[in-house]
Amino acid sequence: MSQIETFYDVMRRQGITRRSFMKYCALTAAALGLSPAFVPRIAHAMETKPRTPVIWVHGLECTCCSESFIRSAHPLAKDVVLSMISLDYDDTLMAAAGHAAEAAMRDTIERYKGNYILAVEGNPPLNEDGMFCISGGKPFVEKLRYAARDAKAIISWGACASYGCVQAAKPNPTRATPVHQVITDKPIIKVPGCPPIAEVMTGVITYMLTFDRLPTLDRQGRPAMFYSQRIHDKCYRRPHFDAGQFVEAWDDENARKGYCLYKMGCKGPTTYNACSTVRWNDGVSFPIQSGHGCIGCSEDGFWDQGSFYDRVTDLTQFGVEANADKVGLAAAGVVGAGVAAHAAISALKAAQKKTQSSKEEA
Amino acid sequence: MSDADLDTALKGAHADPEDLASAARQTSVYVYEAPVRIWHWINAAAILVLCVTGYLIGAPPPSMQIAEATHQFVFGFIRFAHFAAGWILAIGFLGRIYWAIFGNHHARQLFILPLWKRDFWREIWFEVKWYLFLEKEPKKYVGHNPLAQLAMFGFITLGVSFMIVTGLALYSEGLGVDSTLYALFGWVFTLLGPNPHVVHTLHHLGMWWIVIFMIVHIYVAIREDIMSRQSIVSTMISGHRTFKDDRPD
Repeated sequence: MSQIETFYDVMRRQGITRRSFMKYCALTAAALGLSPAFVPRIAHAMETKPRTPVIWVHGLECTCCSESFIRSAHPLAKDVVLSMISLDYDDTLMAAAGHAAEAAMRDTIERYKGNYILAVEGNPPLNEDGMFCISGGKPFVEKLRYAARDAKAIISWGACASYGCVQAAKPNPTRATPVHQVITDKPIIKVPGCPPIAEVMTGVITYMLTFDRLPTLDRQGRPAMFYSQRIHDKCYRRPHFDAGQFVEAWDDENARKGYCLYKMGCKGPTTYNACSTVRWNDGVSFPIQSGHGCIGCSEDGFWDQGSFYDRVTDLTQFGVEANADKVGLAAAGVVGAGVAAHAAISALKAAQKKTQSSKEEA
Repeated sequence: MSDADLDTALKGAHADPEDLASAARQTSVYVYEAPVRIWHWINAAAILVLCVTGYLIGAPPPSMQIAEATHQFVFGFIRFAHFAAGWILAIGFLGRIYWAIFGNHHARQLFILPLWKRDFWREIWFEVKWYLFLEKEPKKYVGHNPLAQLAMFGFITLGVSFMIVTGLALYSEGLGVDSTLYALFGWVFTLLGPNPHVVHTLHHLGMWWIVIFMIVHIYVAIREDIMSRQSIVSTMISGHRTFKDDRPD
C-alpha cells in the first residue's frame, strides 16, 4: 500500500500549487461545518494518507450525478478529485473502454481488497434477472454485487441509488431497486438528490478520506451535515411564508416579487437538503431562487407524492384524482347528509309515536 | 332527596299529582367528574381551533399586503394557534389518561373496550337496531352505551392519539432533527414515510376523520338528549345523569 500516491501528490502532479491546496482544505473545512482548527488536519490527511481508491459504477441512471460532480465549485478540487477517481474506475469518465476498462476494475478490486470505496450511481433493476440494465455484457446487478463484495463502504449517489428515483416510481416495471436493498452487509451512505449538490458529493468523499470513517448519518442514512435541515428552514423566502404572502399563479405580481412558493406546491417544508445554503453552480442559485418550488428530489419516492405543483397532493389510492381535502369533504358530506336524513326520520317517527299514543288514550 | 323532603319542598307549590310523581322520579347518578368535563370542553375548543387552522395551513388564505413581510405575521399566527392548540390537546390527553387511572370507572370507558364480553356485542347490535329505527325504545345507560363507547374509542382514543403523534412528529421537524422531540417522535417518519410529505397527508386525512366525528357526535348527543330515556348534553355540564322514567333497563 505504501506505493499508493497521496491526494497531495496527485494534486501537485496536476500542477496545483501548495497555496491552492491550502485554500481547498480551508474551503472543505468550511463546507463540512468544521472549525478552522481542522484545516491543518485535512491538509495533513491529504498529504500523508494513501488516497482511497474509488470505484464508481453506473446502473439505471441518467448520469446527472456525474454531471453535478464535475461541476464542484472549487475549480481545482473538481479536476483533482475527478482525475483521481478516474484513475481507478468510472466507466463514464475514464479514458479506457471495453475489455481494458473491465480489466481496470478487476485490477483495482484485487489490489485494494477491502480498502476501496464503491460509489454507485443509479440502481439495479431486478425483474427478468436484471436484464433491463446490461453493463459490460452482464446484468448490472451482478457487477454491483461483485464490486461490493470487497468494498470498505458504499456511497449511494443520488435518488436512484438511494431510493430508486423515477425508474422505481409506480408501477416500476423493471423493479428498479435501491442499492441498500440489494447489498445488505456493507455500510452504505446515501447522498440523495436528483442530482446531489456537487459540493455535497465532494464534501462527503473528503470527509471520509480525512477522518477515515463515515460521516454522522441521519435516520435515513444521509450525511447529517448536509441533510439535517429542511430547504424551508433556511429558505430566503421564509419571511413571506410567515407573513402569509404567497405566489398564487406562475405569472402573477407575487411571483415577480419573489413571494413564497408554498401554494404552488413547493416541497421545501418536507425536504432535507442543503440547496438553500450551499446552492448550485458555484453558489449562483437554487430552484426556489429561480422562481420554481422545490420538488423534493432528495426525499424517498418523490415521484410518487402527487403533483410537484400541489400543496395538498392527490392520493392515487383512490383511483381518481383526489386529495385529502376532496376525500375528507366527500366523506364529511356523506356523513352530514346521513345525519340530516336520520334526523328527519327520527322526527317523523317521534311524531308518529305521539299521534299513536294520543289515539290510544282517546 | 327523600319523599318527606320532597313533600316539604313542594308544599304550597302549585303542582299537580303528575308533576309530583315526576319530581319523585328524578334520581341522578354522578357520572362525569369535574376533570372529565373540563377536559371535554377544552378538548372540544382545541379541536375546533386545530381543524380551522389546520385546514388553513394546508390551504392558506389569499395573500395579503398589510405591512413589510417582516412585520406581517399572518401565516405565522395561524401556525402558532395550531401549535398552541395542539400542545393543549396533547397535554390534555395525557391528563385524561391520568384521570382514567385515578378517576371513577366511567372515566375508563374511553380507553378500555370490553371486547371479550358477549353482552357488549349484543348491546352494540341492539344500539345499531335502535339507530335503524328497528327498536321502539332505547335502553338506559349510566355511562356510554356500547356503540357510543366503540365510536369514542375509534374516533377519539385512536384518532386523537394518531393526530397527536403525527402532529408532534411534524412539529419536531420545525424544532430540528437534533431536538429532543424529534428524538422522541422521529420514528413516525420511519414508520409512515420516510418522505415527510406522506405524514403531512395522513395528518390532513386525520383532520377529516375528526370532523366526521364532530358531525356524528353532536348530532347523536342532541338526538339522544331528546329521544333517549336519559340526559345527555346536560350530563357533560353538570356531571349528573338523570333518567326520564323508572322502568328498568
